[in-house]
Amino acid sequence: MNGAQDMGGMQGMGPVRPEADEPVFHARWESRVLAMFLAAGAWRRWNIDMGRFARENVPAVDYLSRSYYQIWLHGLETLLVERGLVARAEIDAANAGGHAERSADPPLVPGAVAGVLARGGSARVAATIAPKFAAGDAVRTVNRHPRGHTRAPRYVRGRAGTIVRDHGVFVFPDTHAVDGTQKPQHVYAVRFAARELWGADASPRDSVMVDLWDDYLEPAS
Amino acid sequence: MSSDHNHGAGHDAGHSHEHEGSALDATELRVRALESLLTEKGLVDPAALDEIVDIYENRIGPRNGARIVARAWTDPAYLGRLRADASAAIAEFGFTGRQGEDMVALENTPEIHNMVVCTLCSCYPWPVLGLPPVWYKSAPYRSRAVIEPRAVLAEFGVALPDDTEIRVWDSTAELRYLVLPMRPAGTEGWSEDALAAIVTRDSMIGTGLVTLPETAREAGR
Repeated sequence: MNGAQDMGGMQGMGPVRPEADEPVFHARWESRVLAMFLAAGAWRRWNIDMGRFARENVPAVDYLSRSYYQIWLHGLETLLVERGLVARAEIDAANAGGHAERSADPPLVPGAVAGVLARGGSARVAATIAPKFAAGDAVRTVNRHPRGHTRAPRYVRGRAGTIVRDHGVFVFPDTHAVDGTQKPQHVYAVRFAARELWGADASPRDSVMVDLWDDYLEPAS
Repeated sequence: MSSDHNHGAGHDAGHSHEHEGSALDATELRVRALESLLTEKGLVDPAALDEIVDIYENRIGPRNGARIVARAWTDPAYLGRLRADASAAIAEFGFTGRQGEDMVALENTPEIHNMVVCTLCSCYPWPVLGLPPVWYKSAPYRSRAVIEPRAVLAEFGVALPDDTEIRVWDSTAELRYLVLPMRPAGTEGWSEDALAAIVTRDSMIGTGLVTLPETAREAGR
């Protein structure tokens, strides 16, 4: 979706503000949000692309006015409700001081956390699928504006680039975010000249490398 | 636009406290209510949440990546393995798992300077760098890194020659990038540990260079 999360090339966001000796979390609640997101993910009711879509599929003004972990908190509540782990009324009741009955056992238990995180879960798919392109090919990003989740940033749509590297076969986020359909296909690092993206004022030498799936690309002619 | 009132994905947390005390309190209460609900229902175990927080707060961080860089600087065979299969070479150190399943190493040279961004969310190589700093997740960096990388680098105190190609890698897929900064002159014969100690987090994102600390320069005289 052309939402506020798709920020590449926007102007007016102000200076980058690095913080000296920055703590990992700025408040305890931030750490609890991250941990709950990961621990609730162990129920496997959603995948990484559904998680991303839950965070970005909010009114743009909300996305821009919330802090990073506030975005995660709202995304987590959305996922828990949409995927049937809790009812919205239960969240409302908890916020009013109510209590809930135990109805399950957590899938992620103490002692298992380090192993689970160290294993992770690759989005790579072990399937033999022919690539549509090879290194050196001239390509163009398809000019498409889906309402759902996508990982083709607006700033490369319709732009011409060159395949630099074939990363192999991965799940396709646009379908994976809807119902888990993998639609496995090749992902490539595609090089876009800065001037192709940003015009004559950009450096003649600089470039932006974007990882794009076969379905996002067409041959450039 | 007044950056003083930009609290969204663009804000830095320390800056927002002054204006948002009550809003943050409301968030904190909401997070507590959610953790109580999920714990009472048996959906998450709070001790497992503690373990997740401990891992990302205390056990995984940019010191991991610095060890990779120092090894690559001192061991040509290791650099070769990193080029051929970065995930496997990094796994030799035990740095594996979530948000680092499929790694790519990017070597900075006098001709090419690589820097990494995620314009769509906050993708970052957790096993080697830990969780991303606020600025990396913020709107200013996400919006500007691709359209004006030299201006962004200047704000980090990095000025590169015009004839250096800046390659900005937008982490749109599930590949995670670790920048191998250039080894500074004057470190010939240094131990791997001594080298690792001067490798900064920002140099492994590409928003910094590795420089010799003043004390090392003096010691070398």
